[in-house]
Amino acid sequence: MSLFVPNRYRGKLIVVEGIDGSGKSTQLSLLSHWLRSQGFAVAFSEWNSSPLVRETTRRGKKKEMFTPTTFSLIHCTDFADRMESYILPLVKAGAIVCADRYSYTAFARDVARGVSRRWVRNLYRFAIHPNLAFYFRVPLDVALGRILGGRDAIKYYEAGMDLGLARDVEESFRIFQGRILDEYEAMAEEMGFHVIDATQSIEEQQRHMRDIVMSEIGGDLKNGILHAPEGGEFHAQARTAPVL
Amino acid sequence: MRKLEPLQFYSETLPGVDVSELQGKLIVIEGPDAVGRSTQVTLLHQWLEQEGHAVLDTGMARSALAGKGIQMAKEGNTLGPITMTLFYTTDFADRLENEIVPALRAGFVVLIDRYIFSIMARATARGENRRWIEQVAGFALKPHAVLYLRAEVEQLVSRVVLGRGAFDYWESGMDLRFGPDMYESFVRYQKKLIQALDTMVEPYEFTVIDASQPVPKIFRELQRQVSRLRLRRMPTARPPSRKARS
Repeated sequence: MSLFVPNRYRGKLIVVEGIDGSGKSTQLSLLSHWLRSQGFAVAFSEWNSSPLVRETTRRGKKKEMFTPTTFSLIHCTDFADRMESYILPLVKAGAIVCADRYSYTAFARDVARGVSRRWVRNLYRFAIHPNLAFYFRVPLDVALGRILGGRDAIKYYEAGMDLGLARDVEESFRIFQGRILDEYEAMAEEMGFHVIDATQSIEEQQRHMRDIVMSEIGGDLKNGILHAPEGGEFHAQARTAPVL
Repeated sequence: MRKLEPLQFYSETLPGVDVSELQGKLIVIEGPDAVGRSTQVTLLHQWLEQEGHAVLDTGMARSALAGKGIQMAKEGNTLGPITMTLFYTTDFADRLENEIVPALRAGFVVLIDRYIFSIMARATARGENRRWIEQVAGFALKPHAVLYLRAEVEQLVSRVVLGRGAFDYWESGMDLRFGPDMYESFVRYQKKLIQALDTMVEPYEFTVIDASQPVPKIFRELQRQVSRLRLRRMPTARPPSRKARS
């Protein structure tokens, strides 16, 4: 059985992956603005942002109720809701959907948490196959420097504190992110990731991404993709802010 | 009835669970909506406690983690079939890891009103891949007994009408958009569920109980099936609690 459902629709699905601090969200944001400015209908979906599942995830995280299995399942439930009610209908309608993290995040993170690789891959079998999957490759220390420098305290599950890797949150985060990075690297070739060197400047990375978009799906963009009417822009957004 | 000692998982193992520690018995009551499962679970629970067993009973959408979330999701009109399957599986996993497994470790008789089979039946009734959901739910423990209360859809209809007096949106599978009529939709949907459960009788070793009989008669048959499991009394068993966290 294949990993995902092939995308037989007019629309396109572009996803970005990488560890925290790899800069993927910035790059996806720049890419989607650029595509929008060309008049394409562009929609955006973020990992862990389904309004239907939000309360449950929030509750589980706050009370630290998750095991590796339920953590994996609730994130897949969230993903399923976005797939069924948002991503799939928009791709069918001919939009370009840009997803910040996709099934690969679960393949890396849940396996790093000790969930069976075979099981988690089967879990996401209903997902449609992305047309392009960008992987932002970054050395662990560079990513950690970006994260630990300028943001709020690292949260319990983000740091993998549930795994008992270390008492110190930063130390646990370092070990856990290292494991996730290993998982990404191990699947990069198999999954056909387009690897972006995330140590380059923002402009260089963006140029590289746009080149890949044009060479891989540039031809398809000319026909089939929904265009905004003259003067207007199509702005689909995830319906609510993500739960962190 | 085949005796499984110790309990086994279907196709996956749960991280951190050593099955050789699970001393209790796992008994599942399955069947379509309105077939009378919860009445029988209540009767069995009382009887087993009178017999001196420590009993835990649990059922779908009752988990501390996802129970509320599922109720909320069902109140809206946007719950898709795959999302529903996974939400119920999350609920099941939370109960399995935090209630069922600890109770089995403590030697309890665990009575479950609907197991993964109802989740699987609902999924296949909605056109999802059977193989997919079987693997998704593969971390479930194989019960010592699956007692399938089987009835024809006409009997379910009369129970709904005489009992609650109204059809429920989800029990009628209204999300499948068979049509605007709840009765007709109920009949079509419940037939699909019964069909799906019927196909599981052999591979999952269900014991089929004729649920068209009167309640006391069904209960006597369930008692007979449960007695065959030769339950051991565990007088020292303490009720399990959710794992304390630091």
